[in-house]
Amino acid sequence: MTETQLLPSGKPIISQLEMLNITKRFPGVIANYKVNFDVRSGEVHALLGENGAGKSTLMKILYGLYQPEEGQIKLDGKEVSIHSPVDSIDLGIGMIHQHFMLVESLTVAENVALGLPSSRGFLTDLDKVSERILELAEIYGLQVDPEAYIWQLAVGQQQRVEIIKALYRGAALLILDEPTAVLTPQEVDEFFITMRQMIDDGHALIFISHKLHEVIEISHRVSVLRDGQMIGTIPTKGATKSKLAEMMVGREVGIKKDRFETDTSEKRLVLENVSALSNRGTPALTNVTLDVRSGEILGIAGVSGNGQRELAEVITGLRPVTGGKIILEGEDVTGLTPKQLMNRSLSYIPEERMKDGMIKEFTVAENLILREHDLEPFSKNGLLNLKTISAHSEKLITSYNVKTPSQETMAKNLSGGNIQKLVLAREISRKPHTLIAAQPTRGLDIGATEYVHLRLLEQREEGTATLLISEDLDEILALSDRIAVLFEGEVMGVLHQSEATPEKLGLLMAGVVE
Amino acid sequence: MIGNLFTEAVLVGILASGIRLATPYLYAAIGETFSQRSGVLNLGVEGQMLIGAFAAFFVSFTTGSLWLGLLAAIISGLLMGLAMAFVSINLQAEQGISGIGFYLFGLGLSDLLFQKMLGTVETVSGFRPIYIPYLSDIPIIGDIFFNQNILVYGAYLLVVAAWFVLNKTTIGLKIKAVGESPEAADSLGVSVARVRYFTVILGGGLSGLAGASLSIALLNVFQQNMTSGLGFIAVALVYFGGWRPFAVMGGALLFSMVNSLQLWVQVLNIPIPSDFAVMMPYVLTIIALVITVQRVRPPSALTKPFERGH
Repeated sequence: MTETQLLPSGKPIISQLEMLNITKRFPGVIANYKVNFDVRSGEVHALLGENGAGKSTLMKILYGLYQPEEGQIKLDGKEVSIHSPVDSIDLGIGMIHQHFMLVESLTVAENVALGLPSSRGFLTDLDKVSERILELAEIYGLQVDPEAYIWQLAVGQQQRVEIIKALYRGAALLILDEPTAVLTPQEVDEFFITMRQMIDDGHALIFISHKLHEVIEISHRVSVLRDGQMIGTIPTKGATKSKLAEMMVGREVGIKKDRFETDTSEKRLVLENVSALSNRGTPALTNVTLDVRSGEILGIAGVSGNGQRELAEVITGLRPVTGGKIILEGEDVTGLTPKQLMNRSLSYIPEERMKDGMIKEFTVAENLILREHDLEPFSKNGLLNLKTISAHSEKLITSYNVKTPSQETMAKNLSGGNIQKLVLAREISRKPHTLIAAQPTRGLDIGATEYVHLRLLEQREEGTATLLISEDLDEILALSDRIAVLFEGEVMGVLHQSEATPEKLGLLMAGVVE
Repeated sequence: MIGNLFTEAVLVGILASGIRLATPYLYAAIGETFSQRSGVLNLGVEGQMLIGAFAAFFVSFTTGSLWLGLLAAIISGLLMGLAMAFVSINLQAEQGISGIGFYLFGLGLSDLLFQKMLGTVETVSGFRPIYIPYLSDIPIIGDIFFNQNILVYGAYLLVVAAWFVLNKTTIGLKIKAVGESPEAADSLGVSVARVRYFTVILGGGLSGLAGASLSIALLNVFQQNMTSGLGFIAVALVYFGGWRPFAVMGGALLFSMVNSLQLWVQVLNIPIPSDFAVMMPYVLTIIALVITVQRVRPPSALTKPFERGH
């Protein structure tokens, strides 16, 4: 008889978990079709795929949030049924969700204790929970204060809480859903150290990421899903980025576009000592001074929540400044309304395309004229000119390659990539002098991201001054001529593309100035 | 004359009736606090109170037992709460509108039952003040605090109990989590629907009690629309108190003290136009709400139905 190997948390390991022939249908879509997937103790198995390829569905099935129509799940060779997160937690499966599942107004200990039986019956036993958290924190090197409120913690610390929450429940297998998306490069390194520690101890890890270099760095095996089907599982050793990307998309990707020299003589948008408040009334921007020139892309790098949103809103007239000046094409435009700014040829691709970029319940055609619906030729004397509108949207749908059943389709029924194409069509087709693009590819898959990038580079060549706000460093590095880093609402520095490296930017993003 | 207000007897009277008048607000507002803490806005409180008030009065009047009346009020409130829970949790209805629907339902039904089953305004002999040895004998203090009926004591004990449940128990933790982030609670195996059913039904039962405290303890009659907006004030008090039981109690006391004062102003024939006197508590509520509501943040998931995967 072999003794069951135990984890540092005292729980048994899961030597192998298998998902066999999993099929899951949603109305009109097959999200997973006869998918096989397995993960073993002591390995990181990366799961790759485009948006809508079925990664999340597969993992939600494993975590008990969805039920598959067909297929079985075997744990250490025995079939198990998982009907809800309670079942999966009991089996030793934990999930770190992409959007943290934390209650911000509660403390770390309260979040960990939530849903667990207490040693004191109906009374909480938070003191004991705190003790155990500190023990686990010690074992795994995840320093965190059990008494702290979640809202007081930085993103990286919140992630530690998520991991501790899973470990506290005895998770032997952890599903990590895009865990690095919110971290700085340095935090990613620390996170990888924790991951290596966990596999050394016998945990099994499933790692979902869009970032191919991370997958190559940390995983032992890679599985690729496409259109709900498993394309293949390969050892990471020997896999290349381009090979993986090709498996994901089904064709060759990453055709490099040449960057042409452009005329950058004009300072088109200038910010002088601009300050602004966040929605909570705390300082969000402090003395921001920047300039964006014609024919260039100025990238704004930074970890989420360091003033990016407020920066975009201040420039587009959506948020009042509390100090400083904004100068557009030589004219002081501080305090002008969004409409007035729009008439000065400023275009805006907002961060939340479904909320701020589109009206979900409007048709494609209506969304395409949101900006200029009250101007000729789209309307005259208050009456819409439906014929012109229809011809206009037909034209844009074709030239921007928007996949929609018709121009009368509600925007909400389009995929994320197509919605972004609509926003681009509306904002770029008017040939703006200045363009603010906030997180333009967030949540888009490789194909759609590539499309957006090409369009932004095209604008650059046409002489548009573009401010590109992105939390994706690779994107910033690939597109920008110059890069400014925001940290806690301040510009930490502006680097020329040629001198910018992920390491340098990472330090600035963490607020470290050399 | 205005000087009449400042005699000891009158001041004691104002304070004692202020303590007493807060009773229905406390039951209703604490019930609403539970429901809102879990993310459900129940605007039907007023309707639940009216049904509770009628049930308590009718059963007490016909059976002669105040306790049976009280039980009837609680049960009818629980049933109204169950209906509200089904509509807002299972059917995921817009909570503001469905709440107003329940208010109108309670208003209409209590009136209909009143006309069919009683016809005229009757009275019952309601709960009487309870003498508590020693405490009730303390001069002034005893008259103000310890010369009240059982429902008054119950209301203040409820505030303490509510604070304890929300802050010291596992169910309290679940209620707060479900109201702030139902997705997080769900991912840890907490049933969002079950927690919300619990709080909304509890809120209904307490609203029924609030109604009973009017019809068989404070006023001892039942009339059409006898709550006249009291349930809505209770909802406002929850916001005023920032979803914390003791602060909600503070609001309820402030409101009922001013109310008590204006009643005495009228009784003593003090030359202030009665319209202004009656207006005072409401004006005060509006001012207090405007000042306080901006600094507290409601539960993040308030009024948002929960559906897994959305």
